[in-house]
Amino acid sequence: MSFLDMDERLVALLEQVEFNRSPLTDIKHCGSCEIGLIEGGVCNAENVKVLQEFRANCKTLIAVGACAINGGVPAMRNHFDLKDCLQEAYETGIGVTNPQIPNDTELPLLLDKVYPIHEVVPVDYYLPGCPPSADAFLQILGPLLAGKEPVLSSDHLHYD
Amino acid sequence: MEKNQPPSPTTRRIAIDPVTRVEGHGKITLLLDADNHIQEARFHIVEFRGFEKFIQGRPYWEVPFFVQRLCGICPVSHQLAAAKAVDQIEGVSQLTPTATKLRRLLHFGQILQSHALHFFHLSSPDFLFGFGSDPAQRNIVGVLGKYPEIALKGVRLRKYGQQIIEAITGKRVHGTGTVPGGMNKALSIVARDALLNEIADVLQWGQEALALNEQIHIANPEHRDFATLQTNFLSMVGEEGELEFYHGGLRACHADGASIFDQRDYCDYQQILREEVRSWSYMKFPYLCQLGKEQGWYRVGPLARVNNSDRISTPLAEAARQHFREFAQGEFVHDTLAYHWARMIEALHCAESIHELLLDPEIVSDDLIAEKGDKRQEGIGVIEAPRGTLFHHYQINEEGLVTKANLIVSTTSNNQAMNESIRSVANQYLDGHEITEALLNHLEVAVRAYDPCLSCATHALGKMPLKVELRDVEGVLVNQLTKGTNGEIDH
Ligand code: SF4
Repeated sequence: MSFLDMDERLVALLEQVEFNRSPLTDIKHCGSCEIGLIEGGVCNAENVKVLQEFRANCKTLIAVGACAINGGVPAMRNHFDLKDCLQEAYETGIGVTNPQIPNDTELPLLLDKVYPIHEVVPVDYYLPGCPPSADAFLQILGPLLAGKEPVLSSDHLHYD
Repeated sequence: MEKNQPPSPTTRRIAIDPVTRVEGHGKITLLLDADNHIQEARFHIVEFRGFEKFIQGRPYWEVPFFVQRLCGICPVSHQLAAAKAVDQIEGVSQLTPTATKLRRLLHFGQILQSHALHFFHLSSPDFLFGFGSDPAQRNIVGVLGKYPEIALKGVRLRKYGQQIIEAITGKRVHGTGTVPGGMNKALSIVARDALLNEIADVLQWGQEALALNEQIHIANPEHRDFATLQTNFLSMVGEEGELEFYHGGLRACHADGASIFDQRDYCDYQQILREEVRSWSYMKFPYLCQLGKEQGWYRVGPLARVNNSDRISTPLAEAARQHFREFAQGEFVHDTLAYHWARMIEALHCAESIHELLLDPEIVSDDLIAEKGDKRQEGIGVIEAPRGTLFHHYQINEEGLVTKANLIVSTTSNNQAMNESIRSVANQYLDGHEITEALLNHLEVAVRAYDPCLSCATHALGKMPLKVELRDVEGVLVNQLTKGTNGEIDH
């Protein structure tokens, strides 16, 4: 959503790009695209599927933000057993009624660990930050749209 | 749990997966019989993070900055709720006037930007183009193309809220600001003046946004019963029963407006609320203990707050609240789509409150940190986040490391209501019909009224999109309906 911090500059960008699958549109599956921006780590089987679909359809894939690049805060669960995490949330937690671990077939299989995306598919560029600022997005998208190699200036090379 | 029996040839399952124009990952499943009659409709949250566990062993003062990463839309709400809990742990019962005002200003900025994003960026396409309109156009880009005036004002409203957050926390998303017992930096006079410079426009846009929502709701009688439910409402209110986002007592009312309880101390939330686990969703189902599991579910968020409050402290928003109540002849408004209307009343209240705070000379003082008291081993912080009451609860050990954490986020409180609303829409609009993309979007419109943000519901971080599935009567997946890149439905 930090992407939207471009504010009015979004309008100019929209003259050059068209959104495919994104949190802003009702496209449920990624189609063929020039650029794919992925944020968030890979936590469950469904994430893997979506990520592979993105990779297959996007010429350039960019890992956006700490979670996509190294797992970020969600990867803190990697220090614990998945089962302990589930038990804490649904069985032994405060105020829980009907304790049980949700296990319906509708729920995608959880992965043992949270993975950064480059451990699942090849990544072309990394855009650091939690989240990257709107300026950082523009700095990487501008050159890419013009067919040039993007360079991130040092003031955007930070991880907070 | 449903058993995996052989699929019956006569029944189907439909899934909307992912639900889009929300932040977070949700999925809707429908179970239909041979004549397309709805047997069951469910809203699932399919991501799990395990925050309650992995926060264990971390120093308590770090918590506000971890937890804000639960949500890309309202991180400030999490930071503030956790900060209130941390204040308690440090034995601080009263912040300095400037710190209180800065936190309130930050919170108003946050609610304003989140409400603007919720309506303009994510929901307005449904109302401006129609629930069943062309999906290729039904998004903020489409709105920018067809109604640039409206869309740009929405973009600017959000921008202003973000600028307030940036002025106080140093960053638009995931900055710092709170410290135990106060705030870490004063608001500069330059930043205050820059914000004041634009407030007249913001007040104007806020009024226009409200008028637009009011008009949309009143002009469309079919919106009145769309996904509408008769429910209990829970919210925090101020000392005099006024609309309050940062600090107050809990109030719950029955659907007819009768009090269930009032001015309850939120530190007693464990006596007030419990959460039920169901096997088919990672999001729990909270209920008021007093009413029990079956009757005790409730709604939170703008509709609950505007219904529950006796008045609003700022004049424009108060006039709007009175108008809202007149619309329902003085009763509570139950229309689910009126969430958006209530949301814009609140956005206007934020703009007015921001104006008041910016004019207050104390807002730029540097008296930021209160005296600390005796350290405690437990802290509970509750605020009204944009989408409803938000509970943060932490226990720590002698070394100051977290031993137990519990969060009840707004989306979770609305879980049962979102499920009921989906069922209502499915019965009213889809039952007996051939399922089309346009009809499926109706289900998503219901979800979006409550929440464009499902990620914190499972204490998730990052994005999760929604899906509808067709199941046969035994619950076996028969078919899956998803929208392709061109908005066409794939089976
Ligand atoms: S903003 Fe930070 S926490 Fe949120 S998805 Fe991006 S990297 Fe992760």
